[in-house]
Amino acid sequence: MTNPIGDIGGADFILAIGTNTTESHPVIGLQVKKAVRNGATLVVVDPRRTEVAGLAHHHLQLKSGTDIALLNGLANVIISEGLVNKEFVDTRTEGFEALKEAVAKYTPEYVAEITGISPGVIREVARGYATAKNATILYTMGLTQHICGTDNVLAVANLAMLCGHIGKPNSGVNPLRGQNNVQGACDMGALPNVLTGYQSVTLEDVRSRFAAAWGVSELPAKPGLTVGEMIEAAARGEIKGMYIMGENPVLSDPDADHVIHALEKLDFLVVQDIFMTETARLADVVLPAASFAEKDGTFTNTERRVQRVRKAIEPLGEAKPDWQIICLVATAMGYPMQYGSPAEIMEEIARLTPSYGGISYQRLESRSLVWPCPAPDHPGTPILHVGKFARGLGKFHPVEYVPPAELPDEEYPLILNTGRRHFHYHTGTMTLRTGALEEYYGREHLEINPADARSLGIADGDRVRVVSRRGQVEVTARVVDTVPPGVVFTSFHFPEVAINKLTNTARDPVARIPELKVCAVRVEKIA
Amino acid sequence: MAEVTLTIDGRQVTVPAGTTVLDAARSAGIFIPTLCHDPELTPWGGCRLCVVEIEGMRNLPASCVTTATNGMVVHTASPAVVEARKTIIELLLANHPEDCLTCGRNGDCRLQDYAYLYGVREAGFVGERHHYPLEEDNPFIIRDLNKCILCGKCVRACAEIQGKNVVDFAYRGFNTKITPAMDTSLSGSDCVFCGNCVAVCPVGALQEKGLRAAARTWEVKKVRTTCPYCGTGCTFDLNVKDGRVVGVTSCDGEVNGRALCVKGRFGYGFIHHPDRLTKPLIKRSGVFEEASWEEAINLVAEKLGSIKKEYGSAALGVLSSARCTNEENYLMSKFTRVVLGTNNIDHCARL
Repeated sequence: MTNPIGDIGGADFILAIGTNTTESHPVIGLQVKKAVRNGATLVVVDPRRTEVAGLAHHHLQLKSGTDIALLNGLANVIISEGLVNKEFVDTRTEGFEALKEAVAKYTPEYVAEITGISPGVIREVARGYATAKNATILYTMGLTQHICGTDNVLAVANLAMLCGHIGKPNSGVNPLRGQNNVQGACDMGALPNVLTGYQSVTLEDVRSRFAAAWGVSELPAKPGLTVGEMIEAAARGEIKGMYIMGENPVLSDPDADHVIHALEKLDFLVVQDIFMTETARLADVVLPAASFAEKDGTFTNTERRVQRVRKAIEPLGEAKPDWQIICLVATAMGYPMQYGSPAEIMEEIARLTPSYGGISYQRLESRSLVWPCPAPDHPGTPILHVGKFARGLGKFHPVEYVPPAELPDEEYPLILNTGRRHFHYHTGTMTLRTGALEEYYGREHLEINPADARSLGIADGDRVRVVSRRGQVEVTARVVDTVPPGVVFTSFHFPEVAINKLTNTARDPVARIPELKVCAVRVEKIA
Repeated sequence: MAEVTLTIDGRQVTVPAGTTVLDAARSAGIFIPTLCHDPELTPWGGCRLCVVEIEGMRNLPASCVTTATNGMVVHTASPAVVEARKTIIELLLANHPEDCLTCGRNGDCRLQDYAYLYGVREAGFVGERHHYPLEEDNPFIIRDLNKCILCGKCVRACAEIQGKNVVDFAYRGFNTKITPAMDTSLSGSDCVFCGNCVAVCPVGALQEKGLRAAARTWEVKKVRTTCPYCGTGCTFDLNVKDGRVVGVTSCDGEVNGRALCVKGRFGYGFIHHPDRLTKPLIKRSGVFEEASWEEAINLVAEKLGSIKKEYGSAALGVLSSARCTNEENYLMSKFTRVVLGTNNIDHCARL
C-alpha cells in the first residue's frame, strides 16, 4: 500500500476494485465502513454483490475481466471533461499525451458495451473520483489474478496520477495483501529475480555485496523460476528436487491435478509444515515446523509495517522453528549457518537491505516501523511517493483491454470465479482445524444465479458437478442473486471442493500471476 | 485551541474546551469509575456510575457526558457521590446472578471491581430477577443476559467499530435486553462473530467460549504478537496457561485497536490440534515413518546435494512461505542462493 490502513477511514472517495474487503480483510473493512459513516462515497467494482458492494453508493457489476476497459473509460471522462489535476500531471508525471491518446477510444459508450456498466454511471464515478478532496483506490486479487493483471494495476496507477490522488494522506494506490507475511516474504527476496529489498539479482554490485556478506565467491545471476514455472519445469523433468516450506500448492495453484503430477515426478521433495497438507503427502521427507505461537520473529503487513511475532509457548513435540530447520539443512550441506536468535538474523537483514536498515528488535519492542526505514533514527515512511516517485517522475503507462484467456462457449457456458470466505483462510490448513470456525462454516457451496439454476434444473441445496477443461469437483449449489447470470463462485478453502483442479494456468506475462478469477465451466446436476 | 480551567477535588485542571469532566479528571490522574463509557465509543451516560458533584448544579451529573467549563468546581468522591455510586451498584446487583464463584470473568469484571471498591457486599434490594436461558449455540461467544448490566457498549461497538448494527436494546423497562433483530440468537442473525462486543463487555454477559472454559482470568500469561491470518497485521494477546494457548484477547493494536475478526480472535485452535506434525517423517515404500531429526536432515542434505551434483543447481527449486517470518524467508533466500546455488525461489504471493 502507498498509504496506511488508517488513512482509508479518512478518505472522501473510495474506489474498491476486486476486493471483498469485509470478508477477506475484515479489519480493513472497518476503515471502509468508517469512511462511509463519515460521508465518503464508496464505489465497488466487482462482478459479485459482496457485503462491501452492498454498502456502496455505486456497485459496478462489470463483466469479469473487463477492468482495463472500465479504468480507461474513467480516465477518458476525466481527461475529456477537463478534470485532470493539471499541476500534478505537469510537475510529477510524464507520458500524459500517450495516455490521452490511448484512452481516447474508451468513451463511456464504448466501455459500456465491453463492461456492461452504463455510460452515465461511468461518468458519475469518474467525476466523483477526480473531484474528491482525497480519493483512495483499494484492490486485491479480483484485479490482479488475470492474464492482464499487471496492466490492470498500471491502469489504476494512471488514474491516481491523473488526479493527483497519490503521495498525500487518505489517498493512494492500495493493494490489500492476502497473507500475514506475503509482503515480508517479497521484501526478504523469496522471489526469483530479487534479493532483499527488491535488489535485482542481475546487478553485479548487488550480487557481490551479498556474496561478500554471505561469505561466498559468487551468487547466481540468472533470475530463477516462479512457482508456476517451477511446477511446469518439474512436470517436464527439468526440476528434480524441491524444498517447500509452509505452502500448499496442491490446493492453492491452478490446475491442481497437473501440480500433483509434477510434484510426483520429482526425484526428491521435502516439505516443511505444521500439518500434513495435501502437498506434504507427496513428499519424501516431512519436517515438523513450529507455529507462529512457538517462535520469535517479525511479519510485515500490507502497509509495509514491520511488527513483532513473539514466542508464547514451546514448539509442540519435536517441532522446530523454520529458521532453525533451515540452519540445520544448510549446515548439513556444508555451509555452516548459525544464529542465536531471530533478532540476530534481523541485524543481518538490516545491514544488507536499505529499506530495512533502521529496523531492529530493540526499536520494534516499543512500536512497529513502516519501511522504508533506512537508518536507526529514521521514523519510517507511512506514505510513499510524497513529493517524488521512486523513479523521479511518475510514468503513465497506456494499456489496452484484452479479454480473459478462456471465455465461455457452448460446451463450458459459465464463468467460474474463485475467492475467499469470511470464516476461512487460504487452503483451510489452519481454519479447518480450530474447533470453532469449521464447526460454524463446515461445508463449501457453489453460488449460482437463479436464472442459470432454473435453466439447468438446479434447486438450492442440490449436489452439482462443476467441470472445466482441466478437472471437476462436486459441491452443493446455493442459488443466490449475489452472482450475476453466467457466473458461478466458490472458494478454494476446502480440500473436498478443490476448485483449483478447474482453474486456468494462463498467466500474466510480467507478474506470472495465474488467471484464477476467470475460467469457463459447465455445471451439471448430479442425479 | 481554546482551553478551560476547572477545579477537580481541589486541583486546578486545564483542558481543551469541549473536554468532558471525566476526561479532565482522568487527565489529572483522578479516578472516576465507569461501566458504560469507552474512549472509542460515543458517550452514553447510561450507567450513571461516573456521577460527580458539581457546585451549583442541582443533581449529580454523569461526568462522561458533562462538558468541562471554566471555573467549574467538581468533587469526584464526596459523600453524596459515593452514596449514589453504592446505590447504583446495589441496584445492578439486585438483578445479577452474583455467581462470581463460577463466573468466567471472575477477576476481570468491572462490576466486581467497583462492588469491592465501594464495599457493596450484596444487592440491598429484593425484587424480580431475570432467568434468561444461556445462549451458547455458536462455537465462539457465550451470551448470558442474566449478567448483562445494559451498559450498551456491545451495541455501540457493533455499530461504531464493526459497523454491523447486529444488536440493540429491545423491550422496555425491566424487560429491556440486548438482542439481534427479532430477538433471535447471534447465530440466527447477521453476526460475523468478530467478538469486538466481547472485548468491550465490562462484565460476564459476553464471554469467549473457549477461553473462559479453559482458564480463570488470573491463570493466563498474555503474550503480545501479530495475527497469523491475512495481511492486515492486527496485533493481539495470546493467552497462555500451562504452556498451552487457550485464547486470544484484544490489546491496543497499532493497526487494529481492539478490533479483531473471527479468525484472529477465535481461530487459534489449530495451534494444539492433534493433527500437528511433531516428528520428522521419512517416506519408505510409500509410507511415512517417524525419524530422528539427524536422520531426516542428513537425508535432505544428501538428496538435495546429489541432485545439485548430478543435474546442476537449476534442477532444484524452493517455495518459501508467506506464512513464515521475515527472518525465515531471508534465511530461505540465502540458503537457496548460497547453498543450492540457484535463484529458483518463490512463494504464493500470486495466489
